[in-house]
Amino acid sequence: MTDPIDTRPNLPLGLAECGFSGVIQHLAAGDAGSALSADELECRLIELGFVEGARVTVLHEGIVGRDPIAVRVENVTIAVRRREAMAIIVA
Amino acid sequence: MEAPLMHLALVGTPNSGKTSLFNALTGSRQKVANYPGVTVERKEGSFVTPSGRQLSLVDLPGTYSLRGRSPDEEITRDIVLGRTPGEALPDLVLCVADSTNLRLTIRLLLELKRTGRPLMLVLNMFDIATRRGVTVDVPLLSETLGIPVVTSIAVRKGGTAELLRRTDEILAAKAPQPVQPNLWQPLTVAQLRATQREADRIIAASISLPTRPDTWTARIDAVVLHPVAGLAILALILFVMFQAVFAWATPLMELLATTFGALGDLVQDTLPAGLVQSFLQNGVISGVGSVLVFLPQIVIIFLFILLLEDFGYMARAAFLMDRIMGGAGLHGRAFIPLLSSFACAIPGIMATRVIDNRRDRLTTILIAPLMTCSARIPVYTLIISAFIPAQQVWGLVNLQGLVMFGLYVAGIASALGVSSLIKFFMWRDYTPAPFMLELPDYKMPRPRSIAIGVYTRARMFLQRAGTTIFSMMVLIWFLASFPQPPDGATGPAINYSLAAMIGKALEPLLAPLGFNWQIAVALIPGMAAREVAVAALGTVYAIEGGKEAAEQIGAVLATKWSLATALSLLAWFIFAPQCASTLAVIRRETGSWTWMWVTFGYMFALAYAASFATYNIAMALGAG
Repeated sequence: MTDPIDTRPNLPLGLAECGFSGVIQHLAAGDAGSALSADELECRLIELGFVEGARVTVLHEGIVGRDPIAVRVENVTIAVRRREAMAIIVA
Repeated sequence: MEAPLMHLALVGTPNSGKTSLFNALTGSRQKVANYPGVTVERKEGSFVTPSGRQLSLVDLPGTYSLRGRSPDEEITRDIVLGRTPGEALPDLVLCVADSTNLRLTIRLLLELKRTGRPLMLVLNMFDIATRRGVTVDVPLLSETLGIPVVTSIAVRKGGTAELLRRTDEILAAKAPQPVQPNLWQPLTVAQLRATQREADRIIAASISLPTRPDTWTARIDAVVLHPVAGLAILALILFVMFQAVFAWATPLMELLATTFGALGDLVQDTLPAGLVQSFLQNGVISGVGSVLVFLPQIVIIFLFILLLEDFGYMARAAFLMDRIMGGAGLHGRAFIPLLSSFACAIPGIMATRVIDNRRDRLTTILIAPLMTCSARIPVYTLIISAFIPAQQVWGLVNLQGLVMFGLYVAGIASALGVSSLIKFFMWRDYTPAPFMLELPDYKMPRPRSIAIGVYTRARMFLQRAGTTIFSMMVLIWFLASFPQPPDGATGPAINYSLAAMIGKALEPLLAPLGFNWQIAVALIPGMAAREVAVAALGTVYAIEGGKEAAEQIGAVLATKWSLATALSLLAWFIFAPQCASTLAVIRRETGSWTWMWVTFGYMFALAYAASFATYNIAMALGAG
């Protein structure tokens, strides 16, 4: 599979459709509007494996507001709300 | 000379199979207690290595890092660092990893290495990893990490042999090794990121990715996490669970009831009539017996909860419920504590520790007692079987089971309602804390692990029945037996007792709810533990009506109470101010008397209002 990094614009994972697959470009914890401080949110995301270069796929979404989403990060599945996923910039 | 006891600690991320490894190593030689001052569960066990070394093993709370962002994670950090007074600094830390999913554990391991503690990496569930085509170059991994690495299959007999052998070697060789200094400092974001990068590099060098991904998990999730089908399945699982609690437990419960009845008869036949006979038969045997009878139901409900947890479904349930509960002001993670509250509010309230935001946690604690705990089952069962006919509805559903289901739904609905009110009135300006949860791959539940879990909880229930409940029963028997009726008195002896005086004093307060003084007597000890109310009713009516009454509490109640009273009591118990132990746990977990009294007050108000409404509506409909 050819990597679409160069051709696709950056997108916050929080806006990704179910079925989206891409690679994490960077984390922007300050812009997410989460209840957590930027540093704390960034730490938690990294602890769950959301680091630059990791491949992510949106597998499932909830019924209310298509939220939360289940994201495959490499070979782990993480449930996260779209609000926090806004901090994960993918392409 | 006996070698000194060595201390081992198990550390790992959530879902790493830490608990099943702990169970495999220690079997039933486990002690569950609390760390002093905090309400974090302390699980310790012991085992003997092949060379005869006696080891103590503590299972530390699962964590992704040593940052310590919740009380659980602080315990893990402090024990590994030897900062907890009264806890031994571990001689060896076993870092447990799910072999199919090493990324997050290797990062944790790199952080653990800085503490300078002797460390060993345990690649658990190695059989599943092999089946998926994961190959691990164990010698290379061990060399890169600079620590011993062993593989293990906790669920298989002999699957921990290598782990035991290496532990022996390490502990034997440990003495001459220089003690490593502790270089650990809380990581900055940059260091954390660098550590994860390093972990990814190490993994790339020595571990191959799975060639056969877990198609089962994907297939099951396609249905189970489907927005509509998933919720339907969740509802079905809960429904089956409560039908099972009612249907499967019945034969065992009847057996227990018969046994205790026979025991009571034996006492009556062998001992001379008098206070001792009355004490043994009516106080001890019928009291404890009518509580023990509910052990099968408690075992079944814990069996379901543990099976779902082990299978990996609990995290999915939290995922499905997150936004729905979010609408009621609850965090998705609150689902697991609330579901545990169906068994007992105490472990449920303690499980709220997985919620790290204080307000989310407090809301969950306040409503957890509204979930129908297993202690209410005796009361529900008794009243339902006495007043609700056991007929089939729509051909396959038992009406009694349906009423039971309705009571559970009422509890859930009121919990969501109260939570919405709390959110609306108290914390309007507050944005919800993030929901982030790993959805582990599905795993076949491990019978041995489940058995140990159910056994531990059953033992806890029995200890409660044996201590708190027993002493309450003795007190009630005393209140119901003294003072003795005057010579030549007519009418049942209990009418002259202290219990009757208390009950009659409370009667005016409870009369609007349709409760008679016998119910008032039973509700007082019901505060010690809800299920005691049933035993108390048994005692009150047994002493009043003789031996037959004790055997047939339900049948007696059916003749003494109106349907309206029975329904009113059911409504009361949906909201009933919870047992003294729950209140004590709330006080401890929130660190405040205020929240304990708030909980007590609002539940009492709800119970009174619900019973009042139920009784009056039922009377108006002619159920008096």
